[in-house]
Amino acid sequence: MDDPVRRASFTRRALLLGAGMAGTGTLLAGRMAYLSLFEGETYRLKAEGNRVQNRLVPPRRGWIVDRHGKPIALNRPDYRLELRPADISDAGSDLDATLIAIRQVIDIGPDDELRIRDDVATQPRFMPVVVRSGLSWPEFSACNVRLATVPGVEAVQSFSRHYPEGERMAHLIGYVGAPTPEQYRAEKNPLLIYPGYRIGKDGIERHEDRRLRGQAGASRVEVTARGELVRELGTRADKPGNTLKLTIDRDVQNYAARRLGDNSASVIVMDCQSGDVLAMVSMPAYDPNIFSTRVPARLWAALQQDDHTPLLNKSAMGLYPPGSTFKMVSTLAALEAGIDPDEAVLCTGSYRLGNNSWHCHARRGHGGVNMRRALPLSCDTYFYVMGRRVGVDAIAAMARRLGLGAEYPLPIPGQAGGIVPDKAWKQKRYGPDPKKGGWREGETLNAAIGQGYIITNPLQLAVMTARLASGKAVLPRLIDDGSTPDFPSLGIPDAHLAIVRQGMVDVVNAGYGTARAARSPVPDVLIAGKTGTAQVRRISMAERRRGVIRNEALPWKQRDHALFVAFAPAGAPRYAASVILEHGIAGGRYAAPIARDVLTYLFEPERALAVLPAVEAEAAERRAAAAVQDEAASIAAENRRLMPSWLKIDIKPPVFEVAEPDAPQPPREPE
Amino acid sequence: MDLLNGPWRRELGRLPWGVVVVITAIAGFGVAVLYSAGGGSLDPWALKHGVRFAILLIGALALAMLPPERWLALAWPIYATLLVALVGVELVGAVKGGSQRWLNLGFMEFQPSELMKLAIILALARFFQFVPKGFESRPDVLIGALVIILAPVGLVMLQPDLGTALAILFGGIVVMFLAGVRLWLFGAALAGVAALLPVAWSLLHDYQKNRVLIFLDPESDPRGAGYHITQSKIAIGSGGLSGKGFLQGTQSHLDYLPELHTDFAFATMAEEWGLLGGLVVIILYGLVLAWGIRTAIAAGSQFQRLLSLGLMATLFFYLAINMMMVMGLAPVVGIPLPLISWGGSSMMTVMILLGLVMGVARANRPHRD
Repeated sequence: MDDPVRRASFTRRALLLGAGMAGTGTLLAGRMAYLSLFEGETYRLKAEGNRVQNRLVPPRRGWIVDRHGKPIALNRPDYRLELRPADISDAGSDLDATLIAIRQVIDIGPDDELRIRDDVATQPRFMPVVVRSGLSWPEFSACNVRLATVPGVEAVQSFSRHYPEGERMAHLIGYVGAPTPEQYRAEKNPLLIYPGYRIGKDGIERHEDRRLRGQAGASRVEVTARGELVRELGTRADKPGNTLKLTIDRDVQNYAARRLGDNSASVIVMDCQSGDVLAMVSMPAYDPNIFSTRVPARLWAALQQDDHTPLLNKSAMGLYPPGSTFKMVSTLAALEAGIDPDEAVLCTGSYRLGNNSWHCHARRGHGGVNMRRALPLSCDTYFYVMGRRVGVDAIAAMARRLGLGAEYPLPIPGQAGGIVPDKAWKQKRYGPDPKKGGWREGETLNAAIGQGYIITNPLQLAVMTARLASGKAVLPRLIDDGSTPDFPSLGIPDAHLAIVRQGMVDVVNAGYGTARAARSPVPDVLIAGKTGTAQVRRISMAERRRGVIRNEALPWKQRDHALFVAFAPAGAPRYAASVILEHGIAGGRYAAPIARDVLTYLFEPERALAVLPAVEAEAAERRAAAAVQDEAASIAAENRRLMPSWLKIDIKPPVFEVAEPDAPQPPREPE
Repeated sequence: MDLLNGPWRRELGRLPWGVVVVITAIAGFGVAVLYSAGGGSLDPWALKHGVRFAILLIGALALAMLPPERWLALAWPIYATLLVALVGVELVGAVKGGSQRWLNLGFMEFQPSELMKLAIILALARFFQFVPKGFESRPDVLIGALVIILAPVGLVMLQPDLGTALAILFGGIVVMFLAGVRLWLFGAALAGVAALLPVAWSLLHDYQKNRVLIFLDPESDPRGAGYHITQSKIAIGSGGLSGKGFLQGTQSHLDYLPELHTDFAFATMAEEWGLLGGLVVIILYGLVLAWGIRTAIAAGSQFQRLLSLGLMATLFFYLAINMMMVMGLAPVVGIPLPLISWGGSSMMTVMILLGLVMGVARANRPHRD
């Protein structure tokens, strides 16, 4: 039955098949050897890369402290409760039972519960879900004690930025926030995409971000393919950011902010000798603690719409005409031009140039005024005459020497430089055509009293005052690096400075000065200063004939800015200050008392604190009134929104004149 | 009934005990691999694997006691039954993982396509046994053989199960080759298949197309299906010469390796035992295959020769495709590594296969006495 030929044929083919099998086997062995021997190193690295993950440990942000080491920005523990769905189901429990157990210890709102259930359903099961963050300490400890036995629930502690002074430091310090995708793309730092990591977004937090950040630590962990942590292989501790010491005095800053009440205003206090900025307040402001987490849309809209510009750092970015506070510059320019301080000018209340009249704030004039009386009286006519005589270029040169028009090396993003106009500036700004870019005589008159093109920011005015008081080219500084800077002299003769300083002393202390309200309550400390009331609207000839409308009768936006610069003690100047109330009506009446109180606080805090209750009560009253009005407006708006469209009629609410324009004008108070 | 009354000790002694030792070694190694894959625990795989092997080995030895002539008689009935079962699967089969492969018999779930891999060999060996020498390449014979092959292949493709269909096809073609069909016919068929490839491509399911495409370029989809091949190559490559050590595999224990206990058991093993472990497995299987070839050559009839070597070729097909797959030389088709991978159905198939070949070996062993 078995055919030998067939058998031989089969054997041949079987051996052929066997050879094929052997060949395949060799191929497989070769392939494996290639993978494990020649490519082995590569694959080992890949396997290691799979297995080991470097996890960042974000560094704690450096503190910001004031000149006495009191904290301004610090890290506060943030307690939250988390649950891990994987652990819950591993322990044979379920989410409902766990939530019931948690509810017996802390409240969970319906919104929170929806979010938790949503997260549990959508996230990978090993990812923790935040039950509630921002737990108070009693809640946190209650969770720790009473939820310790509930599987999958854990109370966690982390850190968040905290600003104990809130809005009083907001503009200066800034706030922190999550980095933007652009920042990450620019820097490629993995820390920037770490959940919950915050970087400086404004103010000093932003400018000094690198110094405050510190260095991230790392932990090498073994993870599964699903990212579950198996064990920790090793850690490198994080290096917290450096503590940043400022020259700011927290108490002075606080006091100044409180003293401002609800004004839209800026206060700056500087050390005349060292340039240390003791206070740099801009009010109103926002709460950086809210900004550092997330800003509710409603609050953001309200902040943006507020005409008191709470989002603008008025101290560094606000620009205002300096008004009469500029007259010290004109005085010094005149002295330098060799004008005799005793030369008198007759002030009749107005000064004619060509067809136009330039008015003095005193309608009936000051009579004969020499340099020593010109500053205390703030006589515009005197400065028209002298300004015209020395020319705008001399005034501008003196203004620059005193620090106006300059940006200072401060750790604040976005300082405004302001404008100190002269002939060259105008030509550059408006073109070489003499009709457009040529300097006109009348503009010199405006410049001499700090109006017209000239524009400064509050910080520059404070520096100007510090330079006048010390005679040195003082530069402001905000970061206390332990050194005491030594500034060169301004090169202005002492005799000239003495005349200006005496004038400023008389502004406050002489019987005819414009800032008698700012006289120091501290017996042996004299305050020297200068008022300024900067016009923000043009007063027409017709209005002048009818009588100028009183500031109080004008809408807030059209009222004059109130300015006051001061230094104290007058004999041996130590502190310089500038106060600007936006649309604050009159420098002498409204700005000067604030400067007085802030300077008093530096010498006798108790006495200064005594005036606060009245100020704060008044501000609170106004705020309450505004709140009532807002409420009514929002109810009206809501009603209107809910009203069917066919019922809506567009009737504009009637507008009533605030005051009779023809009413007899009371004599304007001296500034 | 000669078996029941026959001389037991003599017949047992004629069994190829050497190869039993080799396959026991392979399965034992499989237990060790599954012990590690289970995270250093006998549960859930290692212990069951061992017990299952022990039972099936006894079954295989029992099968080996049957004379090959019995199988010759049973070839057609077995083939016909399985073909009917395959049709039944199409009609009432259970759907698992997207394909319809299982038939519920009440007491167990039965996968007819698994056994069809063996039955095809049996049927073709039976078919060629009675084809006289020189008639193998005649068209009527060829058409008969092709019908026997393509009927189950078509039914399995419908399930759809590409891997098993290819295994059946491979087994059938190998038997035709061994039976002496002229070589130029194979060349012509190869050319025809190459011409028809585009048509076949359009008939494949999307997931099957994907598997092939990703095999051609695994890095194109590192997170998806290419992930399997990439991670498997990492596991094998990172093992190096001597491996990371027993229970020390990171790719497998940290779940980077998918299907670490079934299709990718070889990668799990290679990561911990390295190239040396891989070579041991290859050599052990080489011994089994060499024994199979020797058995076939020494067998007394064309049926026995074709049966034993056809079955060996099927076993080889399992081995080669699985190892090529884990090493990135073949697309991912769900074919486990015999005796090492977890899975009762495939182990049963392999043990029946070995039992049949051992039966042939026993029958042709010269009587000592």
